[in-house]
Order: sequence, then structure tokens, then C-alpha cells
Amino acid sequence: MAEFIQQLINGLSLGSIYALIALGYTMVYGIIKLINFAHGDIYMIGAYVGYICIKYLNLGFFPALIISMITCSLLGIIIEKIAYKPLRNATRIAALITAIAVSLFLEYTTMFIAGATVRTYPQILGNITFKPMEGVIVNIQQIFIFAVTIVLMTVLQFIVHKTKVGKAMRAVSSDKDAAQLMGINTDKVISYTFAIGSALAGAAGILVGIYYNTINPLMGMLPGLKAFVAAVFGGIGIIPGALIGGITIGVIETMVSGYGSSLYKDAVAFAILILVLLIKPSGLLGKNTREKV
Amino acid sequence: MKLSKNALISTKSNKKLINFLVIIAVYGIVQLLIFLGILGDYYQVTLAMICINIILAVSLNLVTGFTGQFSLGHAGFMAIGAYTCAIITKRYDSPLAFIIGIFAAAILAAIVGVLVGIPTLRLKGDYLAIATLGLAEIIRILILNFDSFTGGARGLGSIPQYTNWTWLYIFTISTIIVIKNFINSSHGRACISIREDEIASESVGINLTRYKVLAFVIGAFFAGIAGALYSSYFYYIKPGLFDFMKSIDILVIVVLGGMGSLTGSILASILLAIISTYLQSFAELRMIIYAILLLLIMIFRPQGLMGTKEFSLSKIFNKKQAPHENSAS
Repeated sequence: MAEFIQQLINGLSLGSIYALIALGYTMVYGIIKLINFAHGDIYMIGAYVGYICIKYLNLGFFPALIISMITCSLLGIIIEKIAYKPLRNATRIAALITAIAVSLFLEYTTMFIAGATVRTYPQILGNITFKPMEGVIVNIQQIFIFAVTIVLMTVLQFIVHKTKVGKAMRAVSSDKDAAQLMGINTDKVISYTFAIGSALAGAAGILVGIYYNTINPLMGMLPGLKAFVAAVFGGIGIIPGALIGGITIGVIETMVSGYGSSLYKDAVAFAILILVLLIKPSGLLGKNTREKV
Repeated sequence: MKLSKNALISTKSNKKLINFLVIIAVYGIVQLLIFLGILGDYYQVTLAMICINIILAVSLNLVTGFTGQFSLGHAGFMAIGAYTCAIITKRYDSPLAFIIGIFAAAILAAIVGVLVGIPTLRLKGDYLAIATLGLAEIIRILILNFDSFTGGARGLGSIPQYTNWTWLYIFTISTIIVIKNFINSSHGRACISIREDEIASESVGINLTRYKVLAFVIGAFFAGIAGALYSSYFYYIKPGLFDFMKSIDILVIVVLGGMGSLTGSILASILLAIISTYLQSFAELRMIIYAILLLLIMIFRPQGLMGTKEFSLSKIFNKKQAPHENSAS
């Protein structure tokens, strides 16, 4: 039982990180119907910015978190303006290839500047652990992950449901043309969406850095794909769906590597994805849309 | 009336003759260059990569460009082909085993294609892309875990090398011919109509699932052949070679050449190989330049180099001889 709870806690911390990344995917997909493959790399950049802040500028955890979130959101806006905006009316596949090109660009530019080596993240939070139960260990990193995730989710819910920008975002995602006719500046809304999604990815990057202790330029690829799986699992374009999807994928993955074979943990996320797509393609919280002729 | 019919037949046979001669000439010239030692090892490797990429791109173009089904899992089929052929030729080391290996590779990849295709091809657009991506990753992870057969993460080494320029050329040309004829057949027309409008083609009686799966399976079949040729040429394979990035590479060739243009895929395979050879000297910067090039091409020419047009040699020759016959053909 204790082992199960331990695995559950580990799964929840991994899942929170997936959820933070998945939110960016789901928001961008909801608005411009683009699988933003570069999103996983923005998360990687977030981790590197945090690394620089902590190691070279000697900043604490929270200043580093905020700086990395701001840097990532600016990066997100720039990427959207340069790469995705000219292709807004192009085919889906052209936009997708562009996203892949941006992803390669970010990965290899980081590799060029910072080197391909795996770097050890500075242990800024110390090595404090708690024992809420016999045989269950919660460390300070996990508590920070939960706290940061919950705060960011609350802020996001507030932005999306209580502010004007959030209202505009929801309007654009439900019908872009109609929103434009109502006088909403869609370009601005898309920029906001990229900024918010990228900021969340940046936060996830720094959290992963302190949790797993290592970062490298290609670290964004697999978590990026899994976060996308999480977004599809919860119903793409739906914000609570990304949260549920991320946490579910994280918990299942941890359970599989804990009780089964850790070699299969990467396959599990994709197996879940295929099952979801076959049984309920619109995702857990998605509504079925009828095809019209 | 009779005269114009004769003219038509003669243009057609003329066209075939020209194509045939060009095919033979290209083979002969390259073979001669290799024989004389003008084409060094380095360029031979590039040449092999071009041929393998042409097979992969042309077969993916059938699925993505002509049938409109967005697949990101082509590397998975290539991996199946590569491992099948490698395991067979490692066990029975003979030229016959190599031929059997290639066909076993293609057939096994096609069978997996059926199994994968029937459930997933119900999905559309991005969902299909992500499902095929997931399946290819699962194939790769399974290969990684069956290490008694496949050597796991270490990979399979010392595979007998049978692939040479002749085999590469034979398979590349046959892939192009088979897929070109498929596209020009009524089945191929059905596939193209699915790309244009699924609902409309369904309402004129085209069995959507059947043709989608058919295109997918043919694509998988040739990807299996490409994998087999790859493993037998480079005599070392590992699961990491067939990851998601490999599928992306193939898709990039198809999109760059133009979706729905076979000659575009061929052109793009050659072009990318040349660019990549040229950029070799830049080492780390290579991938950055590649990414920027890709970005610029997508921004300024999203339909690819050729769009849906085809380039044909005989057309050029005929234009010079008798331009009025062009419209008849």
C-alpha cells in the first residue's frame, strides 16, 4: 500500500509537469489548429534559462521561475510572429513542417551555444524530505511542483474565465471569423495564447530541472510528444482536459515503470493514445462534432 | 482519324522508349563511374541514401500526397523491413537469402500496415498523424525490448552486405514504376478522389476504408523494401535510426518536393542529399541551416518545389519535335 501511494505521488509530480506542457499544446491547437511541435523545445529553453539564472546569476527559485516564464513567453510570441503567422492560411501540413523546423532550430541552436552535454541542475531547494506515512517519502521538489502547478492552474482559470483577454480567447477558439467580425483583434489574441502557453512550458522546464537534476538540448522531444498525447487524451482544445490528461498519463507511466518494466514506459503513453483515438477520438472531455456535408 | 490514332500510339511508344533509354543510361553511367573509381566511397554512400530516400518518399507520397492521409509513422515500417532482412541474412548468409529477405521484409511491413491501417485510418488529419506517430514509436520500443532477436539498444551489427548500386537502382526504379502505374489506374484515381473530397467520393461509391488501407499497405510494402536495402547496405542498424525524426525526414522530402508529385519527391531526395553533403563541413551548424532552409521554403513556397506537377523527359523531347502532339498525349 505504501509503495502504491509512493508511486502515486511520483506519478502526480510527473503528471503535473506533463499537464503544464499539455496546456500550451491544447490552447494553441484550440485557437489555430496547429500541433505546435516546437512547444517541447520551449520547455527545454525554459529549463536552460532557469539554469543560467540559478547557476550564474545566483538567483533564488522564484525569481528564476519568473524570469524563465517571461523569457519563454517572449520566445513564444516571436516564434508565432516569424514562423506561424505567414502560414496562417497555408495547408495544415505546411504549418506542421514549419513547427518541426522551428523545433529543430531551437534544439540545435541550444546545442550549438550550450553544447550537447548533459548538465547537472543546481540543487537550489536543498535535500529536505517529509514522511507523511510509513514508507512514503515526499521530497521538497515534489511539493514545489504541486504548489507551482496548482497556483498556475488557478491563475490560468482566472485569466481564461474572468478577464477580457480570456473571453476573447474563448471566442476566437469557438469561431475565429465570427470573433473577428465582432471586433476582436485575433492576431493579438493568438499572441496572448502563445505567450501564456509558453510561459507554462517555461515553468515546467525549470520544475523538471530541479526534479530530475539533469537537462540537455534534446530533453524536450519526448515529454513534448507525451504532453501532446495528454492533450489529445483529455480532449484537445479543452483546458481542464489537458490537466486531467497530463496527470493520468504521468500516473500510468510511473505505475508501469514501477510495477512492470521501465523499458515499456514510453510505449504506454502511445498505446493509451491509440486506444483513446479509436474509442473516443474527441478525447475524454471532448464533444462529438457531427460531420456536415 | 486513323492517322491521329497512329500518331498517338507512336508518341506513346516514343515516350516509353525515351524513358527506357534514360533509365538504362543513368544506370550505365553511374556503374561506369563506380567501376572506374571516379565515384568514391563517400559519394557512393550519398547515392545509396538518395535511392533509399526516393523509395521512402515516393511510397509516403502515395499515402500522404495522393491519398491525403497524413502519416508520421513511415520509419516504423522501414524499421520492420530493416530488421527482418537483417535477421534473415545474418542467419542464412547467401544472395538468395538477401532476395528472400527483401521480400519477407516488404510483406511483413505490409501485413503490419494492414493491422495498423484498418483501425487508424478511420481517423482524420492531425489525429491520424499522431496515431501513426504513436504506432511507429511502439514498433521502435518493441524492437528495443525484444533484444534476443534484435540486439536491443546496441543494435544489430555485421549484417552481410549485399545491397549495391544495381540492386538499389532496380528497386528504386521498380518502386517508381509500380506507384506511378498505381496512381494512373482506377484504384489510384479513387485514392486521389479521396484526397480531394472524402464525402463526395464516398457518395459516388468509393469504398473509403478499402482504398485508404490499400494505399497505406502499398506504402508500407515499399518502406519495408527501403529498410531492407538500408540494413544490407550499411550493415549496422539500431532502433534509434528509425525514430520519430526519421519519419519527419521522409515527410520533409515529400512536402519539399510537392505533395502529389512523384518527380517532386525524386528531385527533393536528390536535392536534400546534395545539401546535406555540402553542409557536412559545417558540422554543428548543419542542422540549424537545415531548419532555417526548411522554414524559408515553407513560408515562401508551401506547396513544395513541384506542387502537384510532374516533370517528364519525353514531354521535353516531344515539345522540340512536334509540339502539337503534346496535347494528344
